[in-house]
Amino acid sequence: MERETILEMKDISKSFGVVKALKEVKLELAKGEVHALMGENGAGKSTLVKVLTGIHRKDSGQVIYDGKEVEYKTPKESQDAGISVVHQELNMMNHLTVAQNIFIGRESVKAKVFTDDRAINAKTIELFKMFNMDVNPREKVGNLTVGKQQMVEIIKAVSMDAKVVIFDEPTASLTEKEIDELFKIIEDLRSKGIAIVYISHRMDEIFKITDKITIMRDGEYIGQVNTNETTKDELINMMVGRVVYEDPKQEAEVDENAEVVLSVKNLRSPHVKDVSFDLRKGEILGFSGLMGAGRTEVARLIFGADPKESGEIYINGEKASISKPQDAVDNGIGYLSEDRKQFGIVTGMSVADNVVQPSLKNYVKNLIIDDKRIHEVSEKYVGDLKVKTSSTRQLLRNLSGGNQQKVVIAKWLEHNSDILIFDEPTRGIDVGAKSEIYSLMNELAKEGKSIIMISSELTEILRMSDRIVVMCEGRKVKELPIEEATQEKILHYATARIGGDTLE
Amino acid sequence: MNDNNGLKQTFGNVIGSQKFIAVLALIAIYIFFAISSEAFRSTDTLVSIFDASYYIGFLAIGVTFVIITGGIDLSIGTVMMCSAIIGGVFYQMGLPMWLVLIAIISIGGLFGLVNGVLVARFKLPSFIATLGTMMIAQGLGSIVSNVQSVTFPLRGTEDGFYKNIFRLENNFPIGIIVLGLFAVLAAIVLNKTKIGRYIFSIGSNREATRLSGVNVNQWETIAYVISGIFAGIAGIAYAATYTTILPGEGAGFELDAIAGVVIGGTSLSGGIGTIFGTVIGVFIMSVLKVGLPYIDLQPHYQLFITGIVLIIAVYFDVRRRKKL
Repeated sequence: MERETILEMKDISKSFGVVKALKEVKLELAKGEVHALMGENGAGKSTLVKVLTGIHRKDSGQVIYDGKEVEYKTPKESQDAGISVVHQELNMMNHLTVAQNIFIGRESVKAKVFTDDRAINAKTIELFKMFNMDVNPREKVGNLTVGKQQMVEIIKAVSMDAKVVIFDEPTASLTEKEIDELFKIIEDLRSKGIAIVYISHRMDEIFKITDKITIMRDGEYIGQVNTNETTKDELINMMVGRVVYEDPKQEAEVDENAEVVLSVKNLRSPHVKDVSFDLRKGEILGFSGLMGAGRTEVARLIFGADPKESGEIYINGEKASISKPQDAVDNGIGYLSEDRKQFGIVTGMSVADNVVQPSLKNYVKNLIIDDKRIHEVSEKYVGDLKVKTSSTRQLLRNLSGGNQQKVVIAKWLEHNSDILIFDEPTRGIDVGAKSEIYSLMNELAKEGKSIIMISSELTEILRMSDRIVVMCEGRKVKELPIEEATQEKILHYATARIGGDTLE
Repeated sequence: MNDNNGLKQTFGNVIGSQKFIAVLALIAIYIFFAISSEAFRSTDTLVSIFDASYYIGFLAIGVTFVIITGGIDLSIGTVMMCSAIIGGVFYQMGLPMWLVLIAIISIGGLFGLVNGVLVARFKLPSFIATLGTMMIAQGLGSIVSNVQSVTFPLRGTEDGFYKNIFRLENNFPIGIIVLGLFAVLAAIVLNKTKIGRYIFSIGSNREATRLSGVNVNQWETIAYVISGIFAGIAGIAYAATYTTILPGEGAGFELDAIAGVVIGGTSLSGGIGTIFGTVIGVFIMSVLKVGLPYIDLQPHYQLFITGIVLIIAVYFDVRRRKKL
C-alpha cells in the first residue's frame, strides 16, 4: 500500500532559556501507521509532542499537517484539527464522572444552555461497548483504579475523531489484560487509517505493535528505522550510544543460611491478605505482581505508613512495634517510594538538605544547623554514588530522575538504614542511569544491606533478585528462588486468581 | 444492575455527605433554641433570622463558585459595601432608583472581573489578589462617598419600592423567596450548564481541563464575575435591610460567607460543592447569630461558637478528601 503522509515535522527547534530542548528534530508520520518515538528520558519526546499540540511554541521549523503548514497556539486548536493526546501523567478530573471527563469541552447541550448528562452517558456506554470496558459512566473518576482511569483517558482521546493519536507511555499503569485491550484499540485505529505516535520504553510493546521507529537522543533526531528490520540492541544503541545488556541473574548471591534481618508474619490490611516472608542479610528480594496486587501496600505496612489490621514484624529476631514511619526509620528501614516527587524528595530543597533530612538531628549544634558539615557529608555521597549535580547546593528539581533517585538512596544510607525498600526503583529513569542504579543496589547488597525491590518490570526482577515473591490480589501466591524463575512462571502466578485455576 | 448500584451509592453518599450533616445540624440548633427560649419561637425571630441571611446568603452563593474552582474571594464583603455606597451616591446625585440598582450589581460584577483577570490571566494567587481588591473596594467606597454615610430611600417614599424585594408592606419576608430563587438559579448554572461543568472541572484538575481544550482562563474569570455580581446583589439586600450605609465597613462579612460555604460542605481545595449546602450553612450561621442572645449569650459568644462550628466543618472536609 502506498504510504500517505499525514504529518511532517521538519527541523523543529525549541529552547527553554539557555537549554536547547529540541535541535532540528524531524518526524514523519503516515496514515494507518503506528510510529514509535523512542529515546531516554530527557531526549525531547514529550517536548516534541507539546510543540505539535500547541502547549509549547517552536522557535523554528515547520509542521505540515494534512498538506498544510500549521502552527497551533492552544491544545484546543490542535484537538479541533484532529490531533489528540493520551498524556503520560494521568490528566483526569477526579471529582467529575467518567462521562463528564470523556466529554469535557465537548458537552452535549440542550436548548443551547443546559448540559445533557443523559446524552453523554449514553455515548459513553456506546464507546465502552466498542472497547470492552465495563465501567459505569456516572462513576466519579476518582473512585476508579489507576488502570481504569488510564483506559478512560485513552478512550477519551480516541473518541475525538482524531486523525493522529499520540500515546505518551500509556501502559505504565495498565494490567496485562488492559494492555491487550489497548493493543486491540490501536489495531482498530490503524485499520481506520488513523496515524498513531506511540511513546514507550517497553521494547516488547514496540516490537509487537509498531511499524516504524523514530529515535531521539539529547533533543536531537538520531534516525528512523522500520520495526521489522531492527533489533533491540540496535535501538538501545541508538538511544544511549552504547549497548546495555539486560541478562537475568543466574543464581542467588546470598547464602541460604544468612541471618534473617526482617521477618514478616501474617500481615493483614484491607488490601493485604495474610502475607509472610523473611528477608536475609545481603539479599535482594524481588516483589513481582500486576498493578494492584498489593506489593506497595505491603511495603507501606512494613514502613508504618498505613495502619495494619494484624500481623507481626521482627527485626533481627526481635519483635518490632511499627505504627508510624518514624518507628520504621528508627528500626533502620528506609523506603524509596515509587512516586519520588510526591513522597521521596523535596524538590525545592538542595541536594545536601535532602540527604540529611532523616538524620538532621545529628547535624544540629546548640540548636543551630551545621551547614558546613552537611555539605561535606553530602559531597562524599555525591562522589560515592556518582550523582551528577553542579554542587550540593543545587535544588533537587534540577536533577534528572536517576540522580534524584541516587539522592534518595544517599539519604537512607546516611541514616544507616540496613533494610531498604525500593519501590519501582527505575520508574521514569532513563536506560543509562538505570544500570547505574542496578550496580549501586548490587554494591549495597554486597556490603550487607538487605533490599526489598518492588518492580513491575519482569526483566528488572529477574536481573536483580536473589529470590522472588509473587503477589496477586493482596496475597503472596509463590516464592521462587532465582534459579527457578522465568518470566512465564512469574506471570503464571501473578495472574492466578482465587476460585479460578488451581495453582499447581 | 447499574441503576441499583447507583441508587445504593447515592443513598450512601447522601447519608455520609456533609450536606446531610449540615441539615441535621441546622434542625438540631433550631430545636435547641426553640426549647431553651419561648421568645425564640415567635415569627418575629424567624423573620430576623431571614433578615440576617439575605446579604450573607447572596455573598455565600456567589463565592461558592469561586471556591469550587479551588480559589477564594476575600473581596466580597467590602465589594458589597462599596457597590452599595457608590449606588447611594448615584442616588443622591439624582439617578433613578432602578438604574441605581443596576449600577450596584454592575459595580460588583466589575470588581469580580478585575479579580478574575488578576487570578486567571495574570496568575496571581487568589488569596492575595482578592485581599488587594478587598482593600481597594473599602478605600474606594470611602473616597467616592467622601467618608460620609449614604442613606437609601425609606419605605413608603416613591423610590422605596426596592425594599419590597425583601419584605412586603405587610411584613411578609418575601426576601427568603427571592434568595431561594437566586439559589435555584445558581444551582442550575452550577449543575446544568457548561459554566458550572468547567468550574467543577477547573477545581478538580486545572491542567487536565486546559489540556482537554477548554479555555480555562475564561471560565475561571466567569466564576469571579459571578461572585462579584452576587456581592452587588448582596449590596442591594444590605441597603434594603439597613437603609443607611457607613463608609469603611464590610470587612469581615466575607469570612461569615466563606464560613457558611464551608459549613455547607464545599471543599476549599476545589472540585466539590453545592449551592444547597451553602444556603444551609448560611442559615446555621444566622440561627446562631439570632439565637444566642435568646439564651443570654452576648455577640462575642457567637464568634466563639461560630469558630468552633467552622473548625468542625473543615475537619469533615479534610476527612472526606482523604477518602477520595
